[in-house]
Amino acid sequence: MKLILRKRESVSRRASLLVPLISFAVSLVFGAILLTVSGANPFATYGAMFVGAVGSGYGISEVLVKTIPLILTGLSVSLAFRMRFWNIGAEGQLTMGAVAAAGMALFWSKGLPGWTVLPLSILAGCIAGAIWAGVPAVLKAFLKVDETLTTLMLNYVAILYSEHLYYIAWRAEGYNSGTEAIAEVAWLSRFMGRAHTGLFFGLILAVALWAVFRFTRWGFELKIIGANPTAARYLGISIARNVVVTLLISGAISGLAGAIEVLGLSHRLQQGISVGYGYTAIIIAWMAQLNPLGVILVAFLMASLLVGGDQIQMKMRLPASVGVVLQGMLLIPMLAGSLFRDYTLELERPDDDVAHAETAEVA
Amino acid sequence: MTDREAELDTQVPVLEMRSITKRFPGVLANDCVDLDLYPGEVLALLGENGAGKSTLMNVLAGLYRPDAGEVWVSGAQVEIHSPRDAASLGIGMVHQNFKLVSTMTVAQNIILGLPDLAFVPKMSEVSDRIRELSDRYNLAVDPDAYIWQLSVGEQQRVEILKQIYRGATILILDEPTAVLTPQEADELGRVLAVMQSEGKSMIFITHKMGEVMAFSNRVCVLQHGRMVATKRTADTNPRELARLMVGREVLFRLDKAEMTPGDVVLELRDVRAVNEKGLPALRGLSLIVQQGEILGIAGVAGNGQQELAEVVTGLRETKGGSVEINLRDVTHCSPLEIIRSGVSHIPADRMRTGTVGDMAVADNIAMKGYRSSPLAQRGLLNRQRILDFARAMIDLFQIATPTPQTYVKFLSGGNIQKTILAREIDACASLLVAVYPSRGLDVGATEAVRQRLIEQRDAERAVLLISEDLEELMSVADRIGVMYEGRLMGILPAAEADVETLGMMMAGAG
Repeated sequence: MKLILRKRESVSRRASLLVPLISFAVSLVFGAILLTVSGANPFATYGAMFVGAVGSGYGISEVLVKTIPLILTGLSVSLAFRMRFWNIGAEGQLTMGAVAAAGMALFWSKGLPGWTVLPLSILAGCIAGAIWAGVPAVLKAFLKVDETLTTLMLNYVAILYSEHLYYIAWRAEGYNSGTEAIAEVAWLSRFMGRAHTGLFFGLILAVALWAVFRFTRWGFELKIIGANPTAARYLGISIARNVVVTLLISGAISGLAGAIEVLGLSHRLQQGISVGYGYTAIIIAWMAQLNPLGVILVAFLMASLLVGGDQIQMKMRLPASVGVVLQGMLLIPMLAGSLFRDYTLELERPDDDVAHAETAEVA
Repeated sequence: MTDREAELDTQVPVLEMRSITKRFPGVLANDCVDLDLYPGEVLALLGENGAGKSTLMNVLAGLYRPDAGEVWVSGAQVEIHSPRDAASLGIGMVHQNFKLVSTMTVAQNIILGLPDLAFVPKMSEVSDRIRELSDRYNLAVDPDAYIWQLSVGEQQRVEILKQIYRGATILILDEPTAVLTPQEADELGRVLAVMQSEGKSMIFITHKMGEVMAFSNRVCVLQHGRMVATKRTADTNPRELARLMVGREVLFRLDKAEMTPGDVVLELRDVRAVNEKGLPALRGLSLIVQQGEILGIAGVAGNGQQELAEVVTGLRETKGGSVEINLRDVTHCSPLEIIRSGVSHIPADRMRTGTVGDMAVADNIAMKGYRSSPLAQRGLLNRQRILDFARAMIDLFQIATPTPQTYVKFLSGGNIQKTILAREIDACASLLVAVYPSRGLDVGATEAVRQRLIEQRDAERAVLLISEDLEELMSVADRIGVMYEGRLMGILPAAEADVETLGMMMAGAG
């Protein structure tokens, strides 16, 4: 008797639903082993994480606060990944979006009617993010420059530039760091504590992208490029043009995430704008299998883990890094589990000829 | 000869395969196959593509493990877990795609991977041994030449020498003549004869009857994974073999009405282009294709045929000369502009270029029509119409697919090709470029493909057919051009072409 992997002959819907669930369960088991080894009770810890994340109004509000940028950057990254453009730069695009939105709200909209400041700041954030992704896209499309390097490097440029602004150039009088607060007229309204209307940008964009992928000619072309670029070229689809257009949109969505962080949450450019949402977004995009609706779900899950992880620090007195490790634990079974979307595991008895022949018939 | 046959009967087989079964997803590639091989014989393994020939031989070469069955070598049961196990049993395989390192010399390639190699091998001894072997077996190769300097035929000799050097007594050749000119194939036949006289045994895989008759002592016929017949070559004939291979009588003739060619659709003038390595691939090629005719292009693979198709369809940059379609200069147009001028293209690589494996059959059929009404309006796809269109095409082209939503990668090669045909022929307005359209297809699908090409011609369209199958060119094309090193050696009316003349031209003579 031996175990063999057999390639599936068709796509199984059941598997694509069950695999993430089972992977999640497996990762909980792995995490429990790790917690036990480090001397914590896994049940108590998981319980504390769960309660901390969604067990109170405060928890849910904090989860939503983190869900918003994760949905947006997750959408941004999955859009680029659909074209096999490895945009690792959502973090930098988000940061530039935050910079431009703050700049617009604080300085560049002086003398304009108050009601224009919010939309102009959002627009500025989108444009800044689009430029930040557009540069690597143009380099890739016309000069074949590897985008993983350019997008990653531009993250550091953006982050250091934003630091220069809030520590030096734009620093408010009398503070060590951070700009002045932006005028209240440009704030996004809040609900349930710190959660804000940025959430609806994320939800609406997710549904819109889903519809674009499914119903438009452009979405059809993106799918072809992503699935087989050689065939796309042969079918007359311009890859260079699509890479640039898609990445401008992808960057704009990450830029929007940054703008929303400023306009909805911090109300100024300050430390803590770049906390790694753009990197977590890569995990989210993969776990959601690049599906925009899946991104909503996974972003919420990851946000809960982040908030829950913060809670166990306080309640269980575990080191902060345990939360991060548990996140990593989640990713490994998820990615490993994706194997079972394409393969099935079967038991085989080589000595049992009758059973053998029957499986062959079924296959 | 009869003595020799009697001798074969009484000998112990050097190799026996018993009840070999090998399964792949959805395919029983080998179904209880028995095969035996005697010392000093040449055994032809005949079958259509997909019949399981390569699978069976890869089991012997240690690349696949059978799901069931036994292998016996010289009367002892053996387990072959790896190519190294196979080599230690004296089994060597010459693959269709040569496994050579192009930046290394012949001698280096031959000793590469030998298990008992000295830390610093004495290359002069290796070269001497190679020279000795190449004299003995008539395999002229310079041991110090680099692989990239060698022609395809010479590379094949290196592969054979490699196996002899390693002491192979059982040599497997996987479609050895597929890449050779007819003359080079004859040469190979002489090499096989010498090896045979030295007592070596050979299995060669082929689907060409002529080679079976010319080179082999016995022939085994595989059909859909089953061994359907084993015959002495002297006791059979090509017609019988074809019937055994296909499972029915084969029509070698296609009905073709007389056509008078009309306006010029495609005209190339002194076209130049380079290949991926930047080396000249087309060196001043001129031709015309008219309405209502099929221009066939013959040639040994790698003489610029692929580049010709890509230049015409806008996929490859033209470095000189001009390309005109319907009297309009399209020399530097994009693939999309060429498509819009009415050109359809059946590409050589149907999996990598012609289809998107991870998308539905229906989507693949719609991949030309999705740009405009009725399949799309104002940038939005009409999913229902795409499905209806796909259903109609699936019926019309007899594509065997469980549903229109099935991913293309789950279809057989023939049905993938029919999917491409459906899309390209439906979109074809003036010119159809078909590259190796029937390669690797079974006889039924091949007939269907060829019939479609003739239909396009009869519908007053122009067809440029690039093929390596001379039978196909002679039965389908109206005129046949032969390409050699990026130029046309000449164009003959198909009625006047014969294999010898074309073969000479393919080798660059005549």
